[in-house]
Amino acid sequence: MSNDKKTTVENEIETTVENKETFENGTPAATTKVVVRKDISKFAWTLSEIKNNWVAYVMIAPFFFLFFLFTVIPVVFSFVLSFTTFNLLEWPEIVYAQNYIRLFLEDDIFLIAIKNTFVFAGVTGPASYLLSLFFAWFINELRPKIRAVVTLLFYAPSISGNAFLIWTYFFASDEYGLVNSWLMRLNLITSPILWFQDEEYIFPLIIAIALWTSLGTSFLTFIAGFQVVDKSLYEAGAVDGIKNRWQELWYITLPTMRPQLMLGAILSITGAFGFGGIITALVGFPSPNYCAHTITHHLDDYGGQRFEIGYASAIATLLFLLMFGANILVNKLLRKVGE
Amino acid sequence: MAYGKNIKGIKLFKKGEKGDKPKRLNRSASGDFGINFILGIFGIVMVLPLVYAISSSFKPLDELWMYPPKFFVQNPTWDNYKDLFRLMGTSWVPFSRYIFNTVFISLVGTAGNVLCSAYAAYALAKIKFPGRKWMFQLIVYSLMFNSTVTGITNFIIMNWLGWVDTYFAVIVPAFCTTYGLYLMKQFMETSVTDAVLESARLEGASENLIFWKIAMPMVKPAWITLIIFCFKDLWNSGASVYIQSEQLKTFNYAIGQVISAGISRAGAGSASAVVMMAVPIIVFVVSQSNVIETMSTSGMKD
Repeated sequence: MSNDKKTTVENEIETTVENKETFENGTPAATTKVVVRKDISKFAWTLSEIKNNWVAYVMIAPFFFLFFLFTVIPVVFSFVLSFTTFNLLEWPEIVYAQNYIRLFLEDDIFLIAIKNTFVFAGVTGPASYLLSLFFAWFINELRPKIRAVVTLLFYAPSISGNAFLIWTYFFASDEYGLVNSWLMRLNLITSPILWFQDEEYIFPLIIAIALWTSLGTSFLTFIAGFQVVDKSLYEAGAVDGIKNRWQELWYITLPTMRPQLMLGAILSITGAFGFGGIITALVGFPSPNYCAHTITHHLDDYGGQRFEIGYASAIATLLFLLMFGANILVNKLLRKVGE
Repeated sequence: MAYGKNIKGIKLFKKGEKGDKPKRLNRSASGDFGINFILGIFGIVMVLPLVYAISSSFKPLDELWMYPPKFFVQNPTWDNYKDLFRLMGTSWVPFSRYIFNTVFISLVGTAGNVLCSAYAAYALAKIKFPGRKWMFQLIVYSLMFNSTVTGITNFIIMNWLGWVDTYFAVIVPAFCTTYGLYLMKQFMETSVTDAVLESARLEGASENLIFWKIAMPMVKPAWITLIIFCFKDLWNSGASVYIQSEQLKTFNYAIGQVISAGISRAGAGSASAVVMMAVPIIVFVVSQSNVIETMSTSGMKD
């Protein structure tokens, strides 16, 4: 590409402009040289740039082909299907917003699912984000060798597959369960509590267990983020009058690691909507009296079991909008960190 | 690295009474204590179930049904592990087939994932081509929802491709995990310097050569991180909706079957949990030290 540029250099006027675009972390991109071509139109310029950089398109091709096939097309496809009665057997009819109307006006269980999803995601999302951030920060204060061990301790639950089922042995519903036996010996209860059948306990328990498994990718992202902060910034900060670690965190560390903060938020929110599998594994499907029924379960019920694909697609589309909306909102808020 | 230097006449550390440990900036002893205390409490909560799983997996039958239940094992035995493998011997398909499936899926999926993501990340981060902005924006948007949304339509697509009940259905979608690409691109952007790339381009090196010889060695922490993420996801993948035939199912699935088929086997259940979690944890231990090492040495910018 550079050869091509050299030959046409007399037609170019190089101007240095303040590049207004920003990276997704909010910091302005460095001032860059922008070549303004006076001799050709913008379209022709774009075409020649595409030609010059054909290698880039080859490089992204494998990933983006699969990405469109397995992510972009399914989302669009599911949106289209949500306006039909598709059920894998009959030719679909277009019913416009009927599926959505049915969801909100006729489907009482869906309303329970919405409420549960909001409560569950509203608690686990922010809680897991803050836990990840603060534990990562605390761990960063340790000496490197201890740091590695403690990182492992906190990260292990999230990579241990279905080890969260161990909690069902802790909270087993007979007197052989550890928690029941402890409580009984302390005379706090007289008969064993049915932890995973009692509506009163199910919700707090699954939230706690979901949080236990949630120190995952965002946690590691924060660990890495804390480590790549330039140490000389702290020294400069100390000279400028930063007195304690809280000020250091707020004025130096967090603004510096904003890219990690943004990614962590996205992962936490998306994760908070994705605990359906854990809930099913712990309390079964359907949960007692639908007390832990979330949108994911509802989607699974209609899509995977009743094969009402059109209706399920409407649920999927709503779930998509919900996650997307929550992310956009939080993203907007996080851009203000350290400003 | 700069501890111990004097900057603008301010001493950055005092010599401690015990040894020569440098005093860190802005750190109070009470704060250190508080942090260690909180980390200690929560560390125990995090690790307790895992310890309990290990402890239970060594309990003989009479201890599993002992009242009151004990947290720690009294007379450790290998019975539960023997039980687990005996139960697996009775499965339809030779047990080694399940292990092969999991290892095969994890390795091929991880390799494809790192390769696809790294190439795409390099192009997005370091080559200025028209369209890269909205392409990356699309990737960021895709992080904002999870695969439950696309599950149903993905099944229709897999069906259409004829991939249902093949390895492809599990392996190929793993190639394009968008958080991997996101992480990789972020790392490339900060740790691969444009100056080096420009001089290589002026020397006439092809982008492919630059990618392998310059960019990839510079982002070692990033691809090690990608390997951990992708591997643990694939390793933990259990019953996939795309797989019906028994000989294509994974180790995780087989273990789940053993547990659910047996009569509430707390012992074999714990043993299986220990086996399942051991591998990702070991992989993480090995690669974490690598990540930390590479990060501390690759810290210098430009």
